[in-house]
Amino acid sequence: MVKDSRMNSSPFLSLRGISKSFRAVKANDQVDLDVYRGEVHALLGENGAGKSTLMKVLYGFYHADFGEVRLDAKTVHIRSPHDARRLRIGMVFQDFVQVPALTVAENIALFLPDLPAVLDKLDILKRIGEISRRYSLAVDPRATVRQLSVGERQKVEILKLLLADAQILILDEPTRSLALHEIEGLFQVFANLRRDGYAVVFITHKLKEVLTCADRITVMRRGKVTGTLAGLEATESRLVSLMFGEDVREPSRIERAQVPDGGQPILELRGVHTPGEGGAVGLKDIHLAVLPGEIVGVAGVSGNGQRELGDVVLGLERCSKGKKYIRGQEATHWSVAHARADGIAFIPEDPLGMAAFPWLTVQENMAMADTRRYSRKKGFSMDWAAVCTDLNQSLQRLGFTLPSLFVPLATLSGGNVQRMILAREMAHNPKLIIAFYPTRGLDVRSALAARELLIASRDGGAGVLLVSEDLGELFAMSDRLVVVFRGRIVKACPPQETNPNEVGHLMTGSGE
Amino acid sequence: MTEAGKPVGTFPAQGDGWLRVMVRFGGLFLIALGAFGLVLLVFGKNPIKAYVDIFANTLGSAYGFSEVLVKMIPLTLAAVAVALPARIWLINVGGEGQFHIGALFAAWGALNFGSLPAWVLIPWISFLGFLGGGLWALISGFLRARGWVSETISTLLLNYVAILLLSFFVFGPWKDPESANYPQSAPFADAAVLPSFFGTRVHMGLFYSLAALVLFPLILSRTRWGLEMRAIGANAEAARRNGISIGRYIMVLMFIGGGLAGLAGMAEVSAIHGQLRPSLSPGYGYIGFLISWMAMGNAVGMMAAAFLLAIITAGGDILQMTLRIPGSVVNILMAIILFVILARKGGAR
Repeated sequence: MVKDSRMNSSPFLSLRGISKSFRAVKANDQVDLDVYRGEVHALLGENGAGKSTLMKVLYGFYHADFGEVRLDAKTVHIRSPHDARRLRIGMVFQDFVQVPALTVAENIALFLPDLPAVLDKLDILKRIGEISRRYSLAVDPRATVRQLSVGERQKVEILKLLLADAQILILDEPTRSLALHEIEGLFQVFANLRRDGYAVVFITHKLKEVLTCADRITVMRRGKVTGTLAGLEATESRLVSLMFGEDVREPSRIERAQVPDGGQPILELRGVHTPGEGGAVGLKDIHLAVLPGEIVGVAGVSGNGQRELGDVVLGLERCSKGKKYIRGQEATHWSVAHARADGIAFIPEDPLGMAAFPWLTVQENMAMADTRRYSRKKGFSMDWAAVCTDLNQSLQRLGFTLPSLFVPLATLSGGNVQRMILAREMAHNPKLIIAFYPTRGLDVRSALAARELLIASRDGGAGVLLVSEDLGELFAMSDRLVVVFRGRIVKACPPQETNPNEVGHLMTGSGE
Repeated sequence: MTEAGKPVGTFPAQGDGWLRVMVRFGGLFLIALGAFGLVLLVFGKNPIKAYVDIFANTLGSAYGFSEVLVKMIPLTLAAVAVALPARIWLINVGGEGQFHIGALFAAWGALNFGSLPAWVLIPWISFLGFLGGGLWALISGFLRARGWVSETISTLLLNYVAILLLSFFVFGPWKDPESANYPQSAPFADAAVLPSFFGTRVHMGLFYSLAALVLFPLILSRTRWGLEMRAIGANAEAARRNGISIGRYIMVLMFIGGGLAGLAGMAEVSAIHGQLRPSLSPGYGYIGFLISWMAMGNAVGMMAAAFLLAIITAGGDILQMTLRIPGSVVNILMAIILFVILARKGGAR
């Protein structure tokens, strides 16, 4: 156990110039971070800001391309989680690594480095008892993990690390699926750990939590550290501007040519709920309409029900309550095929995983949007010429070029995959476009082209549901804005009636 | 497993040309032959002589060769029965059961419609055989499509049910009263026996098997359904989001796959046995599974693998005669082949 409870003047752990790229994406770019003994350090940022990557580099899961890690001013090389544990760095992942059928004590024992061949159960129970009392981590060590709540399972993870003698504890979004009182309990645990000189680093994107419990806060944005503040000097607005950047302030709006005359909504959700099984966020009482000639922006930190919203519209996820209407027709029970045939285009958040077929050719991927359209002789052959014509036309409209249409999609870069999906989805003048982060991974020019195309579709009478975390994009493009938090719409208004600051607060659950 | 169509292996690996398949498979086969040689040495038999005997007695004479062809008919059908659902990651281990139910359905047709002329009766029992095997596999397909039971488990378990069901009929209601208490049905009418060619036992089922081998790759590469199947195989999540009903594909492909195995059962019971018996198959369904995995679902590869395994199957009888060891010893060889194939890659995972 760490006895020294005073904060040393020199950092316990420092990261210097850490850079890590995945293909063309810079997940971490020259990141510096200092962590002291006896501090609770929050790592704050949007999804995709590079927080998890940084921590996984520290834990030896990834190898940094550049940069070094120093522990007590000595350079260390962490090549695997095993190395990290040896250096007394421990990590609690979002998805716990536990054996549900075993008891808490057995799960913890499995993790211990000095596990003897014959288990001394009483000794382990005693050690668990001591530590759980000291840090208010009360869990019944004899219960099987299967019976535990998420909050209790998290305590087990922390106990594991403490019994294995970790001194730096990293927690990846520890509050994500906790109830309010459990969050308070967790922060109490943090406070106890701080008292005994442990260093706690936790990842989050919720401002309130950071302000309640962190001694210091490091904010990341697009792979870089945008600032480190002491907990006392941090305010919500300072953090919001560090998180979302300066460009949030003055979004350049692209005004709509004409205001649509109301008319029948292309999409209407009335009181939609989804079950939200297995830790997923369920939608709660969603009322939402998309009119023809309108872009409805959905703001929210990802994981707050956006995916479910898109899936409900597409017909992939069933509503447990409420109804869905597409162009006036009740569509609550439509199949995905029916919805797609009715002119719904879908640009998902993860094109390679959710829309594309990596080992089929680009041309075959194009045909997948509507295999019936391109099949001839009742399905016995495919009209590849028509597929290519349509794809080329759509690419041309967007001003995109692809290296070849006859290579497997997997050989294209991430940006080109996104271009291909955009071209495919926009090829047949869709009536409703569900676009998740449509410009993610695109260079400036392509992003502009994609935005212009969405706006042109809107002006042509299509409805667009634009899901994004990029407030600049949302404010610039949306005719109406809704903010989602934990599966609910917490605000709906035209963008002129709000500001990025307020939306940022609402997104992070710190509004009002 | 509740999510339909999750990748579970690397079976229909993309971009595998048939040449690479052949090379890989030839190498594996040699390893297996070597290992089996060791087993024969333990028996105190000369492995070289055993292999020479096997090949001489199968490929060395026209009759031996025709018997290899006879065995290839059910083997190729059973292999395509596995390869087709495997395109969308379904693991159909139920070829053996589907084979038996196909034989059972066909026997029902043959026993009850024996007065029909052959040109009606043979299509009729072929249809029944396909239907029987298909419905049997559809049970597993339905359970899987609903996300209730893994098709691997249910097809495997249904094999036992199918074999016992067939036994029930030949020991019970369909037993031939004139057959001195043997558990077998009355012989089929001549019109219900598939015609054979050139005085050998090679029968009309050959056309079914060739059709399956030719149509399988054509459907995959040319048709809309083939494209959709490859899409599901490549990325089930994206396929679902593009409006492809994965549940429907699971059921249809299980049905067709089972139907092909049922067709093999029909051909075997009609052309080879001419009556329903409890032991119709030396494990054709399982060997078909082996063939499909050896060839990684490639049609040419399946033909080659079926050829080799037909030789081995026939080799069991030969070894029994020449070396006086139990014929079932070749099951050891097939097990070794299965092991080397499963160990092919990712052994540590």
